[in-house]
Amino acid sequence: MKVPIIRLGKVLLVSIQVDLTDAAALQFQQDLINRISETEALGVAIDITSLDVVDSYMARVINDTASMARLLGAEVVISGVQPFVALALVEMGRELINVDCVFNLEQALKKLEVTIAARGDRGMGRDSYEG
Amino acid sequence: MSKINLSIRTESDISEAVRQSRAMAGRLGFSTTSAYYIATAASELAANLWIHAGGGVITLQRLDGKGGMELTTIDHGPGIADIDRALEDGFSTANGLGCGLPGVKRLMDELDIASFPGVRTEIKARKWL
Repeated sequence: MKVPIIRLGKVLLVSIQVDLTDAAALQFQQDLINRISETEALGVAIDITSLDVVDSYMARVINDTASMARLLGAEVVISGVQPFVALALVEMGRELINVDCVFNLEQALKKLEVTIAARGDRGMGRDSYEG
Repeated sequence: MSKINLSIRTESDISEAVRQSRAMAGRLGFSTTSAYYIATAASELAANLWIHAGGGVITLQRLDGKGGMELTTIDHGPGIADIDRALEDGFSTANGLGCGLPGVKRLMDELDIASFPGVRTEIKARKWL
């Protein structure tokens, strides 16, 4: 299953709706880094509201994806971590999601806007940030 | 149904194991939090079968007596050479986060691992009501 990546100004929106298999996760990471470099996106919001079980593999996929995006120069925010996901991840004992998290997509966009503004390179992309 | 056998042959079988284990935990009377813990443990164990063992079988089972649920995985993959190490935080052989099995141990109440490398590995994880 392909994860749709939506562009909104200088930010990319991604909503992970189902558990990604290894192959799908690799495909998603590749698609995302291609889109980031194509669009010179300054931020990526990854929404995981629909995931109600996140095991260490899924957490790794999310962490790795965030690291790749950061290496390219995009800020990353995760939104919609479900309460039971948070409980289980903490119970498993390690900080599995090592990325800024917010409640919902709206806050994710706000947070990205602020973080990107603080970086001071708002106008560096091909066109200006509209998010 | 008090016992379900699921063969893990493809990655989508992992999601099936997660769904079934959460549903069974709910039916057995576990709290929502515990049901999610069990489902996360099932996800971890089923993923291990797929990633490390090239497939296997996961059994979800009601435990009578004081009441509980047991997840059992059986595979014939390479096995776990050093079980103590596999239960250490941060130890990983396949580029994981190194918290799969220790995570399962914390999410469940009991974890037993019997591994005869190259022959058979059996993991049992139990949670009591």
